[in-house]
Amino acid sequence: MDNAKQKFFDEMSFPDGTTRSIYAEYAAWLQDVPHQQLESKRQEAELLFRRVGITFNVYGEDAGAERLIPFDVVPRILAAGEWSRLSDGAIQRVRALNMFLHDIYHEREIIKAGIVPATILANPQYRPEMYGVDVPKGIYAHIAGIDLVRTGEKDFYVLEDNLRTPSGVSYMLENRKMMMRLFPELFRRYPIAPMEHYPQVLLNNLRAVAQAGVQEPTVVLLTPGAYNSAYFEHAFIAQQMGIELVEGQDLFVRNNAVYMRTTEGPKRVDVIYRRIDDDFIDPLSFRPDSMLGVPGLLSVYRNGGVTLANAVGTGVADDKDTYIYVPEMIRFYLGEKPILSNVPTYQLSKAGDLKYVLDNLQELVVKEVQGSGGYGMLVGPAASKQELEDFRQRILANPANYIAQPTLALSTCPTLVEKGIAPRHVDLRPFVLSGKTVSLVPGALCRVALREGSLVVNSSQGGGTKDTWILKD
Amino acid sequence: MLSRTADHLYWMARYIERAENMARVLDVTYNMSLVPDSLQSATSLWEPALQIAGGVEAYRQYYGGITAAGVVRFLAMDTQNPSSIYSVLRSARENARAVRVTLSAETWENINTLWLEFTQFVGMDLMQKGLGEFCDWVKSRSHLFRGVSFGTMLRDDAFRFLRLGTFIERADNTARLLDVKYHLLLPGNEEVGGAVDYYEWSAILRAVSAFHAYQKVFNDAIEPWRVAELLVLREDMPRSLHACFSEITPILEQLSGRHSNECRRLAGEMHARLRYGRMNDIFQKGLHEFLTDFIISNNNLGVEIQRTFLNAPINT
Repeated sequence: MDNAKQKFFDEMSFPDGTTRSIYAEYAAWLQDVPHQQLESKRQEAELLFRRVGITFNVYGEDAGAERLIPFDVVPRILAAGEWSRLSDGAIQRVRALNMFLHDIYHEREIIKAGIVPATILANPQYRPEMYGVDVPKGIYAHIAGIDLVRTGEKDFYVLEDNLRTPSGVSYMLENRKMMMRLFPELFRRYPIAPMEHYPQVLLNNLRAVAQAGVQEPTVVLLTPGAYNSAYFEHAFIAQQMGIELVEGQDLFVRNNAVYMRTTEGPKRVDVIYRRIDDDFIDPLSFRPDSMLGVPGLLSVYRNGGVTLANAVGTGVADDKDTYIYVPEMIRFYLGEKPILSNVPTYQLSKAGDLKYVLDNLQELVVKEVQGSGGYGMLVGPAASKQELEDFRQRILANPANYIAQPTLALSTCPTLVEKGIAPRHVDLRPFVLSGKTVSLVPGALCRVALREGSLVVNSSQGGGTKDTWILKD
Repeated sequence: MLSRTADHLYWMARYIERAENMARVLDVTYNMSLVPDSLQSATSLWEPALQIAGGVEAYRQYYGGITAAGVVRFLAMDTQNPSSIYSVLRSARENARAVRVTLSAETWENINTLWLEFTQFVGMDLMQKGLGEFCDWVKSRSHLFRGVSFGTMLRDDAFRFLRLGTFIERADNTARLLDVKYHLLLPGNEEVGGAVDYYEWSAILRAVSAFHAYQKVFNDAIEPWRVAELLVLREDMPRSLHACFSEITPILEQLSGRHSNECRRLAGEMHARLRYGRMNDIFQKGLHEFLTDFIISNNNLGVEIQRTFLNAPINT
């Protein structure tokens, strides 16, 4: 534990054990609260989450098996100044990524300029169907989740950009509600910026990207259904925005328009906030075995009869192979200096990088180019000899399928564990919304690796979440 | 609203109502089995419960002979029996989960809690550990569901489909209960008299929470045809067929708006029969025939509702 304290940046404490100023008030409060009381608050939260049904399904377990994402009662706190830098950096990034997406599906100036190699067009996430298609306001990633990690006082890195169907925002909102319920007295002590208006901001942005001429656009949320792991979130956001939560079977296509089946007959749909992957959205165009999508949807979309958020084909921009070019994109499209840094990344398709990675496997994190959710990933320092060897073989079988990064010294945040309060590694996912404007609400999903020493924060791998407090100036 | 949403709401309400009625039947049957002088065999006592649930054949196939413990397990907890309380409550919760957006937060939490609490009973030997308590629990959760939805939901189509499901199911259940026991209610049977008959009649009344209502309304000894009248024709008796249709008819009119459709016509016709019918005529034609006919018509109405609103065709 002492070792850990020296090695990692801690959100609350300096290396000498004294408290950082933004946490001073909280630490003083925490000192007076017995462990037992915190534990009973944690249990109360669990009970409430279960009763409200804030659960997720885990793939590979019994159908209908539902689990809670563990909620930690200790918040992560960020100062106004820290947040404004992160917020500016995330907005800058998303603006550049949207311009990149427009470019790659139109003139491809960035390839012509030699900044991004033409091989990107062979990436499986590149959707040729989208070439030459104009989307309203040129926005592709209406909702983007930017994963950030911290390694030092001023050192934040972007771990990845999530531009397809990023999830987690419901936990950001529900965690805040829970904290206010459990610890109202803390909200009197801290000037915490409100972010409960997220659904309203999202709805305004989605309305703004309806096709020109639509007066009162009808927005719906398209979910794969009640057995999807993120179903709670889909239901939650739809309810918060007051829009219909639809499944593929509820929609149909006629005369270059999308309609939903209602008890009063067909109703036209203008904007679809879809939480179904590209592959499943239209069985006529993509996976023919998909029961989730809407036959003919893509053709209506390409003809401008409906708006999809996020757009089809955004995966080419958040792919781990594309990630390395984002700082260059910012310079190219915006002429600005990137505010947030990338993590140094090795591409195993390059012989030099491959050799370095294989020689230093035990110190690196290796990820599948198209993996997500913490599946199919190797954390070198935490892996056994056998696991390292197995992964080496998998890399050698298809090097281009992997990238590697140094094992980042993720910051720690005090967290309630069995023995009391102990430091655990955290990351941060703010959600950038684009439509009318590009903005984010002052809040983020903070994920925490609950296992001691673990650096993997994904909920599917035993991670939990925390409320994140952005302090007002 | 989305047709699929309406479908989930309607069936969610039907399933909860079905669970409640199943619990009522189990509860009174169990209580009758406790009557000290009861000469009835397990079969004559428990088979009607299976008949009401429409599960005699399935039961015999998997359980063989009729025993109290077997029937209770089959009707309450059997995960393979689609009409068991376990199965219908699970279906209710699955349906609710699919439309949690449309329900008021309180209604959803109520159904979710219902299911979480129910899992405590799973694996428990109900005959040993309080079947009565279990049945009371199911009934009170159903009351709570209706109360919460009535008290918190916007009076829109979502609410109407929910109420529609409740009363279509309740009408079916009351009719089945009466039909299985109809032979006890036939005129001419009353001279048989005796304690057992009294328990039987009062059991039927208790199964639909009508025991005290009977005494209030008739202020007299329990007479079988009055039991039938109370449960078929009395509009003020909340589980009677007439009362159910007094709810169903206006709901269908509101849902249909200016459109005329087969649902409306069917419901109106059934409602009129209950509203203007006379018990004497019903007994003369035969209570069993009347109830059979009612169950079929009610079922046809369910099919029409499904066709008109819930599986709406694309080209309308």
